Amino acid sequence: MKVNFLKIIIFSFVIFFLLIFWLGLKKDNSYNTKNLIGHRISSFQLPSIHNNDLISDEVLKQNQFTLINFFASWCAPCRIEHQYLIKIANQNKNVKILGINFKDKKINALDFLSKLGDPYNFVAEDPDGKASILFGTYGIPESILINKELNIIKKIIGPIDQKQFEEILKLTQ
Amino acid sequence: MLSNIGSILVLLILSLSLLIIHNAYLEIKTNNQLIKKRIYNLSLFQTTFTILSFFTLILGFIYSDFSIVNVYENSHTAKPLFYKIAGTWGNHEGSLLLWINILVLFSYLFLIFNQQHDKKFRLYTLIFQNFLILGFVIFLLLNSNPFSSIYPVPLEGLGLNPILQDPALAIHPPLLYIGFVGCSIYFSAAIASILSEYNGKQFALSIKSWVQISWVFQTVGITVGSIWAYYELGWGGFWFWDPVENASLLPWFAISALMHSIMVLEKRNSLYEWVIILCLSTFILSVTGTFLVRSGILNSVHTFASDPSRGLYILFFLSLMIFTSLIIFFKKRKKENYNFNSNSKETFILANNWFMVFFLATVLIGTLYPIFLDVLTDIKVSVGPPFYNIVIIPLVIPFLILMTLGPKFSWINSKKEKLYKTLYVLLGAIIINLFLFYLFGNYGLYANLILIAATFLILHSILDAKKSIKNKKRFEYSRIISHLGFGLLVFFIGINHQHSVETDFNLKIGETKILNNYELFFENIKIEQNKNYKSVVGEFKITELKKKNIQYLNPEIRIYANPETLTYEAAIKSKISSDLYLTMSNVSRSDFYNIKFQNKPFMIWIWISAFMIALGGFVQLLQKKNES
Repeated sequence: MKVNFLKIIIFSFVIFFLLIFWLGLKKDNSYNTKNLIGHRISSFQLPSIHNNDLISDEVLKQNQFTLINFFASWCAPCRIEHQYLIKIANQNKNVKILGINFKDKKINALDFLSKLGDPYNFVAEDPDGKASILFGTYGIPESILINKELNIIKKIIGPIDQKQFEEILKLTQ
Repeated sequence: MLSNIGSILVLLILSLSLLIIHNAYLEIKTNNQLIKKRIYNLSLFQTTFTILSFFTLILGFIYSDFSIVNVYENSHTAKPLFYKIAGTWGNHEGSLLLWINILVLFSYLFLIFNQQHDKKFRLYTLIFQNFLILGFVIFLLLNSNPFSSIYPVPLEGLGLNPILQDPALAIHPPLLYIGFVGCSIYFSAAIASILSEYNGKQFALSIKSWVQISWVFQTVGITVGSIWAYYELGWGGFWFWDPVENASLLPWFAISALMHSIMVLEKRNSLYEWVIILCLSTFILSVTGTFLVRSGILNSVHTFASDPSRGLYILFFLSLMIFTSLIIFFKKRKKENYNFNSNSKETFILANNWFMVFFLATVLIGTLYPIFLDVLTDIKVSVGPPFYNIVIIPLVIPFLILMTLGPKFSWINSKKEKLYKTLYVLLGAIIINLFLFYLFGNYGLYANLILIAATFLILHSILDAKKSIKNKKRFEYSRIISHLGFGLLVFFIGINHQHSVETDFNLKIGETKILNNYELFFENIKIEQNKNYKSVVGEFKITELKKKNIQYLNPEIRIYANPETLTYEAAIKSKISSDLYLTMSNVSRSDFYNIKFQNKPFMIWIWISAFMIALGGFVQLLQKKNES
């Protein structure tokens, strides 16, 4: 009887371990920030690219919705998503767009905006990319949609495409 | 062309495995005393084909045959020859082929070197070893074939990750594989021993050298990996408690326990069951480690390009191994009562084993806990040095003391020896520690106790060495060397841990920085063009203020072209008493360089002590060879 008990314990232990390994394999291990949804963004204060003003989270409280978009002139996918940002700016006045210029040179960024159009209501600069870490970004382009209470409603990793563009419009109606 | 030859060879290994299993199984049923010549021949063919297949792959790398996917993905024509060859095992598929090579080679050597042992035991070992070979060959063919070809043939390869282009890393994997995969042979032998109801003492004799070989290779392999991390990763640390480093420690603890308890089985014909459990768990832990590393379930510096189907296969095979061995073990186990005197060597060896199991359990929990938590609750945590320091450090103290006392006792029952000599040694250790305390300044209670215990072991080992040389007790050398090595290792790690100086700052060319005892002058940078990389070399002049001792250090930033990667090479000046360690990295869009400067006492001695531990095992192997 005693031996059987021992056997059962050992076998269940082994099965438990192997099961966890198996579940671990099936789990998507890639980095995602889904768990950030519903949380308030952390406070920030960044210099504007246009003048000496400081842009902070306080400013965003006046907007119904804010789309925070991380971009750079050197980033090719940013160019692709740019048309959707312009569409959003034109079609939905509930949303204000804050661009955060990530690890970029000011001249190049301004050049980028003058050539491709400027959908941003505010553009802040983050030359060494340190402030962007606070937002949980890990590469660009990345966008975060927040509401009036500064809570994250949606997070988009990678360029905004047609589907995500439609979803943003729906969420901000 | 090479890819076809390779694939054919792998298929031949597979069919030979099946043939060997079939023939060996038939052979068990016959009453012959000797094993048929045919089985030896099959095994020899298998070994030859396996080695040939590995050479085929090496040739593919040497001649940059990019029709082989594996060569295309991991090599480049501009790579130096040495790294082309090392690239063969620097990737998942190639290393799996190396793994199979070791399985096969050990299988053959075990067969021919154990002719004096029972036929049934040897045949069962051969059968189970070939099941293992079969399992890994199928894995290789299913989704990790190093000989897969591509068409059209690419003109140029993608290159080997530059961080792997390092001599220490070229030898680190083969050493570890011999260590880890070498365990397979006594995994098979343990199952064979249960099935053939083999005598415990004989079993111990048959596997002892194999345990020693794999232990020596594991120890050296882990040390070389640690040296590589110190030189290459540029943090100046040598052990990070990274999950994959831990995965390599797990079998090492099991095998170290086995190294000790196998002596009890050999000398006293006792602990049979426990030795079997250790044999089984050493290889099971090795495969578990492989699973953790190759499946991508862990994130670490060792991450291979991960592929869930690989993980699934290894997990499946691991489960098969565990359940087969558990079922056979429980079905055939023989109950045994242990009755050891508390003042016998056996008791101390058991104590060693309990400590090893404790360390193993600690590291296992620390490594698996984050995975479990992530799977069950979605919370991501990482377990780092603080956990291991808290749990392991206090126990190192009694461990060291028992390690010192244990060898003084004899088998079965020791006569009451005069202990006052040992007390003198302990007193000596305390005095030395007081002196060190005075010299280096304050450190905590644990550090004091650890240094005392380590010094105790060192002094005692030195006295033992003197005695055994005088009495010509040569069989004691190996134990003394290994134990002395361990004492020194703990001692130097302790001092190093307490007295390393580390600073981090930004500096421009032409600037000087003064740090307690050192003056650091950033003279210049120069650009060098090498065969497969370009490097930015910093020129630093470091003056030791008290002694006016001047040294030049040249840390590098390397820009590799294929694949395009930046690596930071530390500049290290090793001296007997300490290492100066300097790394630099560029700060984007400024003239500043980020400098990390460290002064680490006795670094070189940590490596020497670790090698000394392995040397002990090696000496034992040599002595055994001379005896026979």
